[in-house]
Amino acid sequence: MAVLEKAELIANAAGRNVPETVNGRPQVPYMGVGKYRPTGMKASPPICSASDYPSDGDKRVPDLETALRKCGLRDGMVISSHHHLRNGDRVALMALETAGHMGVKDLTWFPSASFPSQKSAIELMQAGVIDHIEGSMNGPLGDYCTQGKMRGMGVLRSHGGRWQAIQDGEVHIDIAVIAAPTADAFGNCDGSHGKSACGSLGFALADSLYADHVIVVTDNLVPFPCAPWQIQGNNVDYVVAIDSIGDPARIVSGTTQLTRSPDRLRIAEFVARFLRDAGIMRDGFSFQAGAGGIALAFVGYLKQMMKQAGVKARFVRGGSTKYLVELLEEGLTDYILDGQTFDLDGIRSIANNPRHVATSPLTSYNYHGKGNFASMVDAVVLGATEVDTHFNANVVTHSDGRLLHGIGGWQNCLASRCTILAVPSFRDRIPVIVDEVTTLCGPGELIDVVVTERGIAINPKRQDLLDATRGSTLPIRSLEEIQREVERICGGKPRRPKRGVRPVAVVKWVDGTVLDTVWQVE
Amino acid sequence: MTVATEIRTGEAGHSGPEIRSDLYVRIEPRDSGGLQIELESRVEAYYGDSIRKQAEEVLEALGVRDAQVLIRDEGALPFVIAARIEAAVRRAGLGEGTRVLPDRVDLPAPSDRDRIRRSRLYLPGSEPKYFINAALHGPDAIILDLEDSVHAAEKDAARLLVRNALRAVDFLCCERMVRINQLPLGLEDLDEVIPESPDLVLIPKVENPDQVMAASTRIAEIKADYGITRPIWLMPILESALGIENAFAIAKASDQSVALTIGLEDYTADLGVVKTSTGAESLYARQRVVNTAHAAGLQAIDSVFGDVGDMEGLRAWGLNSRGLGFEGMGCVHPTQIPVVHEAFAPGANEIERAQKIVAAFHDAQQKGLGVVSLGSKMIDPPVVQRALKLVARAQAMGLIH
Repeated sequence: MAVLEKAELIANAAGRNVPETVNGRPQVPYMGVGKYRPTGMKASPPICSASDYPSDGDKRVPDLETALRKCGLRDGMVISSHHHLRNGDRVALMALETAGHMGVKDLTWFPSASFPSQKSAIELMQAGVIDHIEGSMNGPLGDYCTQGKMRGMGVLRSHGGRWQAIQDGEVHIDIAVIAAPTADAFGNCDGSHGKSACGSLGFALADSLYADHVIVVTDNLVPFPCAPWQIQGNNVDYVVAIDSIGDPARIVSGTTQLTRSPDRLRIAEFVARFLRDAGIMRDGFSFQAGAGGIALAFVGYLKQMMKQAGVKARFVRGGSTKYLVELLEEGLTDYILDGQTFDLDGIRSIANNPRHVATSPLTSYNYHGKGNFASMVDAVVLGATEVDTHFNANVVTHSDGRLLHGIGGWQNCLASRCTILAVPSFRDRIPVIVDEVTTLCGPGELIDVVVTERGIAINPKRQDLLDATRGSTLPIRSLEEIQREVERICGGKPRRPKRGVRPVAVVKWVDGTVLDTVWQVE
Repeated sequence: MTVATEIRTGEAGHSGPEIRSDLYVRIEPRDSGGLQIELESRVEAYYGDSIRKQAEEVLEALGVRDAQVLIRDEGALPFVIAARIEAAVRRAGLGEGTRVLPDRVDLPAPSDRDRIRRSRLYLPGSEPKYFINAALHGPDAIILDLEDSVHAAEKDAARLLVRNALRAVDFLCCERMVRINQLPLGLEDLDEVIPESPDLVLIPKVENPDQVMAASTRIAEIKADYGITRPIWLMPILESALGIENAFAIAKASDQSVALTIGLEDYTADLGVVKTSTGAESLYARQRVVNTAHAAGLQAIDSVFGDVGDMEGLRAWGLNSRGLGFEGMGCVHPTQIPVVHEAFAPGANEIERAQKIVAAFHDAQQKGLGVVSLGSKMIDPPVVQRALKLVARAQAMGLIH
């Protein structure tokens, strides 16, 4: 199978050296924002006949092994899973371990994201059950990859990029294993109810539509119909009922705590004031903020300013939390368009409030479609591990080259009308503003504002934002100025760690082209 | 021939997964073999070489040429690295009489006697992670604390850290205050920090004027030794019943005193009463401080409000405090700063009325009239004086232009 050999490299339009082939497949190097427009037809799953499925709709089989065997599991297949159960998920590993017991080798695991609790996937890679992971890797899995121990090359994609890759036929899913907090025997699934409720199931939607075989695993089997359904049973082959699909305490957090860090609060307040002073916060506007400490605090500050100004949003985009739910319930937004649900308030809301709508990577993010929601959002607040003085940003690796985070929806969100990176100016003496990012994940032309605790830098390409905030009391400065100040505090420019020479993973752009390479850490 | 001295292992600082911006260093002096530096650092890839080089330079300057050195670094900034190594060397019984000083940032303009002192943000003297961004939160002053927030065993090390912070950290427009320890230990603090020109020294647990004089005299001596001419003001803290009784003598003890404040934790402990969020038990003492301060021509500054989560309680305390005649109070968390500033700001009505009085005063002056009147009402001179003061204060706070 795809043992990592010496890869041929080619410089892409961003000047980054990327492999021409990845795991045996030829690649298109990144060509620039909006430059690559492929033609042809989308991938499609095989035609099936209802006569091959039970007419009473009962697709239950006794266990996961039976389901995998009936799906024709064999060496080298691609097995997919979703990450709505986050660090509490039990199903993905259960499926992969079962495959291991069945003696299967060289699988590609294609999760929508992996989590630290899934670190025993390393043992499955060492045993040869998994050849490589295509999906976000962090913590122990990220280290395993960047140490060059994974046999195949990692492929990091955004949520929208994953849909694009499935839809365009870059990744063909042989068997999708979908963990469902509630399901019926026909395979209809819902994420908002049941003891393992996680809210939306959007990340599993593409898998259900495009995989050759689909297995639903649930710990809350209800009589037909499971309504409302987010996954249609018509795409499902087998249903397996088990005791527990995940650890509820690690699926959602009971209460989302606001940060007390004064620096983070300061950054959050700056972001909110920026939206107000730049005129972005106005009646009918929209924004997206995640569940990180700064993003949550930002929502709190913005809420106060919205009340003071008497404006409300038309929609906000999650990951939803208590703080977005409060906006909805207090009438400060008409809708939450939710990609994933982070806490118990979010679950309660999405289960009961028709204005709290589950979305999928198709509606929100997919670049190879007829538009998506991301580009319609007035402002998005994101994090980053590094940003360079040309506003290029990194979100996957630490400055030492180790994989730290997945891309998530980050790349897709850059399509927003105003993309704001909210970052501390340094972490543990390591400056966040650098001369050149370790790994390029977001082209600077799409990043409009960088907010740090020491000042706010506006991309010179956004003269409109510079004009709009002239006269604001916000500390608007150049990135270079903030960089110099931080380097003085930190005792000079950090030495750049020596980059490895062997590619261990690639970062895809939203259109499926290869934006950058993650190198083995020496 | 060198004289044999007692050689012992010296260690200083902190490391561990929860520690940020600090480091642990252990020094075992040897007879020979040069410097053997073992470094573990979470920023090794970026600053490993820089840390080793700095460690060698600091040790060299302190006269340590042969030693086994272990450093566990959690992303400490250079001024912290230098202070921790110096502390370890001194604890090893070496480096006596030598200071290794980090690069100095430009000193801010000297502090005015009656500058605005609404808020002072407490920074524990042994927690360097809080120093670097403290000024960004906009307090009127930062206060590097060597007293209650520093463990007795850490006083020597904290002193070096605070000294280096005064030199190397840019505290922007903040007045740079240091709270020394209760005398006589506080005098040793002064020896280390005064050469770095703090703007103001808080003297804790003052009970008689001699204590203020002792500190004042020591500061004057060190200033003379180092040729420091800019002012270093004093703020005595009254923290006991006796201190309150001797308040006026204490307030008048030094012409370098600019403010008088009260420490309520110790004061209520001295009285054996429970400290409440409304402060009824300390009302007399606080009013006494206000009255004394005004009688002595000093600012009256209130204690702190300790419950960081209770913003409404803080606001109420601040408003009440201003109503009593205090001009500011301490902050134990940066989120308290805007609330305190709001509470100690004069209200819009107050400012408006004061501006009218000031305008009437200027009008009377121009016309050569001895009496200031607003409408049909005659305004007494003290009222005019208060209005002038209030308008100047509102201007300094940026409330009016």
